[in-house]
Amino acid sequence: MPHRTFIWFILPTALAMILFIGLPIVSSFFQSLHIENEQVLMEVENCDPFGCTTNVRVDVEATEKIEAENPLGRFNGFGTYTDRNHLAFDEIREAWDNKTSIGEFKDIVLNLPFYKALLFTLTFCFAVTPPVIVLGFIVALSVNTLAKNLKGLIVFGTILPMIVTPLIGSLVLFWMIDSQGIIGASIQILFDDPNLSLKASSNLTWITLIIYGIWHNTPFAFVVFYAALQTVPQDPLEAAYIDGATRFERVRFIVIPHLYPVATFIMLICLMDNFRVFEPIIGFSAEGVAQSLSWMIYQDLRNENKMLFGSAGATSMLTILGIAFLLTPVLIRTWKEFKTER
Amino acid sequence: MKKLILALLISFASTSVFAGSHSPCGVTSGSINILANEFTTYRIFMDEVKSCAGPDADFNVTHSVDHNKLQVAALSANPAEFSAKLVTNGSITPLMNDGLIRPLDDLVAKYGSNLNDNQKITIDGKIYAVAFMANAQHLWYRESILNDLGIDVPSTYEEVIAAAEKIKAAGVMENPYAGAFKSGWNLGQEFVNMYLGHGGEFFKSGSAQPNVNNEKGVAALNVIKKLTELSNPDFLTQDTNAVKEEWESGNVALMHVWNSGAASLLDDEGDQNIKADTRLAPSPTVGGGSKPATTLWWDGIAIATNTSDENAEASFRALVGAASSTDLANNNPNATVWLIKGYTPGDTAGPVVDAASRGTTPYPSFPHMSLMHGALSTELVEFLQGNESAEKALADVEAAYIAKATEQGFL
Repeated sequence: MPHRTFIWFILPTALAMILFIGLPIVSSFFQSLHIENEQVLMEVENCDPFGCTTNVRVDVEATEKIEAENPLGRFNGFGTYTDRNHLAFDEIREAWDNKTSIGEFKDIVLNLPFYKALLFTLTFCFAVTPPVIVLGFIVALSVNTLAKNLKGLIVFGTILPMIVTPLIGSLVLFWMIDSQGIIGASIQILFDDPNLSLKASSNLTWITLIIYGIWHNTPFAFVVFYAALQTVPQDPLEAAYIDGATRFERVRFIVIPHLYPVATFIMLICLMDNFRVFEPIIGFSAEGVAQSLSWMIYQDLRNENKMLFGSAGATSMLTILGIAFLLTPVLIRTWKEFKTER
Repeated sequence: MKKLILALLISFASTSVFAGSHSPCGVTSGSINILANEFTTYRIFMDEVKSCAGPDADFNVTHSVDHNKLQVAALSANPAEFSAKLVTNGSITPLMNDGLIRPLDDLVAKYGSNLNDNQKITIDGKIYAVAFMANAQHLWYRESILNDLGIDVPSTYEEVIAAAEKIKAAGVMENPYAGAFKSGWNLGQEFVNMYLGHGGEFFKSGSAQPNVNNEKGVAALNVIKKLTELSNPDFLTQDTNAVKEEWESGNVALMHVWNSGAASLLDDEGDQNIKADTRLAPSPTVGGGSKPATTLWWDGIAIATNTSDENAEASFRALVGAASSTDLANNNPNATVWLIKGYTPGDTAGPVVDAASRGTTPYPSFPHMSLMHGALSTELVEFLQGNESAEKALADVEAAYIAKATEQGFL
């Protein structure tokens, strides 16, 4: 395609991307460099059913005046990025200087909110993605061998976990794993431990979330693999069959190499999806033991009475960096494959 | 504090009269759109608001347990998403901080002749809210279980712990205690109660500097830890509504939850044997303190700044009509402690009146308190799971608070 045609071809998409993706990112970045204006406090007398007290309140007029002069807030540079609730440079330096052992240093760092969230996010990403690819592939292979009249129904059943909204899916499971729910009670009987609770320990909560993640994401891998399976050339398969190759060998030497680029694609999407894990944390009420980067942004914007835009912006930027970092190897690989194919 | 008792006494004597003032009910113009918390008493209140608004009114109400998280964003918009908000002494401060609720003096003068004076929440000489009920967390117990084991009704947390241990040791219940320890606002609130019960102050006097990492904070945390060890192991996922379900399932013999819970715990649904066995007791003291380890709350109505005067007036009329309805209060005497004129307190008002008379601290209304509460909500979990020391958890609370308060311009 000549460059000129290409530019005209891509222009509408590029414009839309700049408008709806580029500019919001720039705006979030700009916001993350600022913090709120100083709040002017004043003493007032408050009276309520329990009596009158002298209290402080924000002087709304004076604060609004400052706000009008300086609507973006105070410039803080990368102060928000390096504060305790984000990269926590000071805290890490202090912990490093005062450490008695590496284990202690690790404990201190992983107790800081950002690193705690990063640890869970990465664990979730890497624990969920490989099983999703493997399971999705196995399910696709199995469904592919089914009789035609059964396929439609089974495919629908298989993609159900993906159709259910993550929040609803996790809430349903949350009640099922309750110690009085069907799964929770069965596990208690199975392990003969009446106090066993999936919600009580952080390890079990993490495992629950990861299993939920696999359950929810597998249909996506299945659908993509299933579509790709329809494109596997039949001739080599038949030739291999005649040569006496077992089913396993046919899958191993013909199907898998053919689906390899598809697997890379699924990995890319899955890593990206799982890096922004959020809904299951809310659905399973797991905020106490499992926080993710997306949950931190939500916390800044929703869980506080007042929205912490700067903090949310900083976490968003760090999340974007994290995704970029994570995807680089996969992207390089795709690029190389693309070049060799040419 | 005495004012509340006084007001309750006065309210017996007074009768309702509309003397030459506009009747609030029967709204015909303007639209009413209210944001409110979700619990049974509010539902009862809202039914009255709706009937006061009348059949011709454009009436909407959104009940959500997430009301605190929604309110600032929803009322900051212009025009605001809601014309009115049910507030408490906790949730009013973030709205006041940003000037999101309007002074109500003129509306009170026009429609509020039937209000008690102590219903008018005055800040710096202006009325910003009209309270209609008082609430507090206090002890609930199962009488037969305590009687069977010869346990007296606990009046201190040390006795609560001893009683729960005894019930557990006797094999009556596996997890005899319950409290709303769900990580988030609820857990923060448990610490607020216990810290104030130990006589703690959240901020260094006259400043927004945090002040929780001290002996009182550690003592408060240790009591909470003991209580959670006697609770359902899922305690970090249980909010007030979940605790009430545990109670109604008969899994719990002692709990510390809201007085307004009576509206659903003592209704005709659920196991009537458990209901008949349910008793209310004053909130216990802790660590040798004299004040009960709980906080006093009022719930009231507030009107958005960013809404038209017409909608504001319509909303205020419907809400204040309910907030001054003697019938509402006396038809539901046990739903809560109403502050409404002419209300005769029911059997369940005792613990709240007791808390008020013993000098219980109202929930702190500093503008930066919500940031402190937010820090408490997230940083105490690891201590309760046994992964870090109380001192470390409290140091984390202070550090998290400082980072947030700096960003918000309080430090």
